[in-house]
Amino acid sequence: MHGVIYATASPTRQSCEVFSGEQIASLLADAGVTHVITVPDSTIGRWESAIERRVRLVRVCREGEAWQVAAGLHLGGATPVVMIQCTGLFESGDALRNALHDWSIPVFSIIGYRSYLDQAKLPGDTCLVFTEPILDAWKIDYRLITSPLQLDVIRDHLLSCRQANKAGAALIAE
Amino acid sequence: MTTASSATPAVSRIPLISSLETLRGTRRDDEVIITTMGSAREWMALGDPHPLDLVLVPSAMGHGTSIGLGIALAQPTKRVIVCSGDGSLLMNLGSLASIVAARASNLVVIVFDNGVYEVTGQQPTAGAAASRPDGRAADFCGIARACGFDSVHAFSDAASWLHGARKALDTTGPTFISLNVEPVVGGTAPHSPGPTAVRAKQLMEALRR
Repeated sequence: MHGVIYATASPTRQSCEVFSGEQIASLLADAGVTHVITVPDSTIGRWESAIERRVRLVRVCREGEAWQVAAGLHLGGATPVVMIQCTGLFESGDALRNALHDWSIPVFSIIGYRSYLDQAKLPGDTCLVFTEPILDAWKIDYRLITSPLQLDVIRDHLLSCRQANKAGAALIAE
Repeated sequence: MTTASSATPAVSRIPLISSLETLRGTRRDDEVIITTMGSAREWMALGDPHPLDLVLVPSAMGHGTSIGLGIALAQPTKRVIVCSGDGSLLMNLGSLASIVAARASNLVVIVFDNGVYEVTGQQPTAGAAASRPDGRAADFCGIARACGFDSVHAFSDAASWLHGARKALDTTGPTFISLNVEPVVGGTAPHSPGPTAVRAKQLMEALRR
């Protein structure tokens, strides 16, 4: 079951990039996403140019902004996705609480999970400790994506969250 | 409600309610108006809501400009006017850069600058003259210009705002308007005017028309 067993530090995990920008861009465009609101990290940032060719990219300064811009886009009839790193999720608390829970705006997000695969760069990175518990605390239904074979899992979750009119996230191992 | 002079009495200021009456009087029927905190409280007191009002209560700290940016991008043919406090804007200054980067030419940010966190008891903001070693308030118009706003306007008296509001709102944006307003003594946080889910749905329907 997703979201129950949290990540634990394991130096045996290998560093890899799970998806290309083209794969993510196609997924988003095919799913009818109109805007991606983003603050990059070193993994998801590499997807920007590919996404920008298919979907309107909105660059914001800090991740809390992204949830509220997405909320406004949704109210205006668009279909946004927030794309940030887990550190930005930590920063986002009040903004996502208000958008997702006070106003029940069903924003879908793609969140980079720092240090899940590559633990050599930042040994003992506390992102592994806090990311999944925080997603649970904010009641965001997420899928942990660790393999290139899971592209369909992102698509299916995005579409099922949209169908259910609820927020959701794809947590992409980095 | 009564009003009081600010920490810098030499500065001319507009009564908050008067500044909002002017906005309400000049508002076009297809313009979206987002209000937060003190402006939301007084806006609701002015009369029945317009279908394109978004009284952003409850809100996230300082994010009126961000939600306004989203609506403006989704609805490029409608002008979106965001009423922010100076304390709120200080919490989300980066949104000014984001607005310019997104080329939101239909977005107007109005900062109602009273120099204090009004609803928590009128403590000075970090940008207020009273907080600063040189006694000079943060220059919001300068910040907006530095972020790339080409259309920047400032009003410090009710008559100038009354006569200049429509012209300022009509400039090609993104547009930034600074209003020096008086803090409202005893001004409390606004009450929610109704269930958020219902209000969100009503606004979405009104925006589709």
